[in-house]
Amino acid sequence: MASIRELHQQLVSKERTAVEITEAALERIHRLEPKLHSFLSVTADRALQQARAVDAKIAAGEPIGLLAGIPIGIKDNLCTKGIRTTCGSRILENFVPPYESTVTQKLMDAGAVMVGKTNMDEFAMGSSTETSAYQLTANPWDLERVPGGSSGGSAAAVAAGECVVALGSDTGGSIRQPAAFCGVVGMKPTYGLVSRYGLVAYASSLDQIGPFGRTVEDAAILLGAIAGHDPNDSTSLKVDIPDYAALLKPDLKPRRQLRVGVIQETFGQGLDPVVEEAVTKAIKVMQDLGAQVEVVSCPKFRYGLPTYYIIAPSEASANLARYDGVKYGFRADDSSNLMEMYTRTRAKGFGPEVKRRIMIGTYALSAGYYDAYYLKAQKVRTLIKQDFEKAFAQVDVLICPTSPTTAFKAGEKTDDPLSMYLSDLMTIPVNLAGLPALSLPCGFDEKGLPIGMQLIANVLREDVLFEAAYAYEQATEWHLRSPQVE
Amino acid sequence: MIDLEQVRKVALLARLQLTPAEEEQFTPQLNSILEYFEQLSELDTENVEPTTRAIDVSNVTRPDQLKPCEALEEILQEAPDREDQYFRVPQILGGE
Repeated sequence: MASIRELHQQLVSKERTAVEITEAALERIHRLEPKLHSFLSVTADRALQQARAVDAKIAAGEPIGLLAGIPIGIKDNLCTKGIRTTCGSRILENFVPPYESTVTQKLMDAGAVMVGKTNMDEFAMGSSTETSAYQLTANPWDLERVPGGSSGGSAAAVAAGECVVALGSDTGGSIRQPAAFCGVVGMKPTYGLVSRYGLVAYASSLDQIGPFGRTVEDAAILLGAIAGHDPNDSTSLKVDIPDYAALLKPDLKPRRQLRVGVIQETFGQGLDPVVEEAVTKAIKVMQDLGAQVEVVSCPKFRYGLPTYYIIAPSEASANLARYDGVKYGFRADDSSNLMEMYTRTRAKGFGPEVKRRIMIGTYALSAGYYDAYYLKAQKVRTLIKQDFEKAFAQVDVLICPTSPTTAFKAGEKTDDPLSMYLSDLMTIPVNLAGLPALSLPCGFDEKGLPIGMQLIANVLREDVLFEAAYAYEQATEWHLRSPQVE
Repeated sequence: MIDLEQVRKVALLARLQLTPAEEEQFTPQLNSILEYFEQLSELDTENVEPTTRAIDVSNVTRPDQLKPCEALEEILQEAPDREDQYFRVPQILGGE
C-alpha cells in the first residue's frame, strides 16, 4: 500500500477518489481478517461516509490536508462516540462511549478515514495481544506468531496494509514492541505531548498515545496531527508542535554532527544474537551517515522492569476500580447485595492477566507494603531518569534493540507471566522517564521475522528522533519489504 | 512472601471474587513476581526523592463553573440498570 504522501498526491490529482481508496482498504480487510484478526470492529459505513465528505471537498476545489482520505486504524482503548470501545475486555463488551477522544476528534477534523477499531491486550496489559478477551491476532510475517502487544492489532493491520497508519498506546512498550515484531515504525511521544482525553486509563503516569506507520514519514505526519495541548488533559503540555514531517532529510551531514549513544547494558546477556547483529550493523550505518557514535552506560536500566511492574499495576488497581457494574459496562446478574455485585461483576468481567495486575497493585499499595514497593519503585524511577539525564548530557539519541527477541509463537509465554514481561525490558525505562522513542525495522532473522531497533531522544526532542530515524531508513531498504499474507 | 490467606485478603480489597482454582494459580505466580521485585533492594534509595510523574507540570486548575451536561441521556443509557435519572444498584441499606 502507498504512503500518505503518495495517496494525497493521487487524491489532489484526481487520479483516485477517497471512496476508492477506502473501498480498497475495506476490501483488503475483508480478505485478510479471517487470517489476521487485527480488528475488533470494522466501521465500513462510517469510513465511506467520511471518504465521501473528503471527495466532496476535493470536488468543490477546497484544499485538503495530508491525512484527508487516508484509511486509519484506531486501537480499541480510544473512545469513539457511538462506536463500541471494548479495550479488549468483556467488562466493556457493550460499551458505546458518549464522547469522542481528543485524538480521534483531531483525526476526524483532519479528514482521516477510520476503518476500524484494532485488537489489543485486555486493558493494554500484555505483550502479545493474547490477553484480548475476543481474539488472537496473527503476526502478518508468520501467522503462528504473535504480533506483539499490547497494540498488536494496530501493528499487524499497518504491516499487512489493512490501513495506512494506526494509533496505539504505549505504557511500557505497547507501541514499540509490536512495531518491532511486525516490521513497522512505531513511536511513543514525550509524556504529555499527546492528549490522553478519551484513552481508557491503564497506568496514568506512563500511558501515552502514538502513531504506527510503514515509514518514518507516515508516523511523523500522524504524530503532527494528534499532538498539542488539550485543556481536557491536565498532564498535557503547553508546547509548540513543529511540523515533524518537514524536518525529515535523507542525510545527516547538513546537520551539526549527530551524537548517538549505544546503551551498553542492553547488549549481551539475554539478547538474541541475531538481534544484536542487526542492531550493531544499524549502528555502523548511522556512523557511515556521519553520526558520532559512542558507548554510554545506563546502569539502572535493568531495574526498569521490576520498577514498572510495581508502578503500573498499582496505578491500574486504582484506575480499574471504576469498573464496578454501576455506571457503564458489564454487570453480573442476580447479586443479593452491592458488595456481591462488585466482586462478581469484576470476577466475570476481567480476564486473568488483568486480575493478576490488580492483585499485584492492590498488594503493593496495601497498608504495611506501600513503602517497600510503591515508594521504593518511585525512588528507583528517579534513579533511572537520572541515568538518562546523564546520557543526554553527552549524546542526542540513544540506540538499543527494541525487544530482546523477534516475534515468539502464540501460547509460548502465556503460562509464565514473568517471561512475557521480559520482552518489554528495553522499552519500559523510556516510559518511566517520560521520553520520546521510536522503533523502526533494522533487519530480519533467519526465519524471515522483522527486527526492530529503538531510538530514544531527550524530552520533547521528537524532531531529533525523526531526523535520525529517517536518515537511517532512507539509507536502508528494510521498510520496503512487506509480508505475504495471502 | 504471600500465602493463600493473603491472596484471599487482597482479592477482597480489590473486590475480585476469585475461584479456588484462581487462588491456587495466583499464589505461586504472585510470589515469583514479588520475588522478582526483591532486586530493587540492591539499590540505596535512602536520599532519593520519588518520581510521581515523568514530566513535571504544576497544578492545573480551571474556574469552577457549572456547565450543563449535554450527554446526560447518552451517559445514562450506558448504565446496566437505571431508574429515571439515577443508576440503580442492589440493596445497600437494611437487610443483613
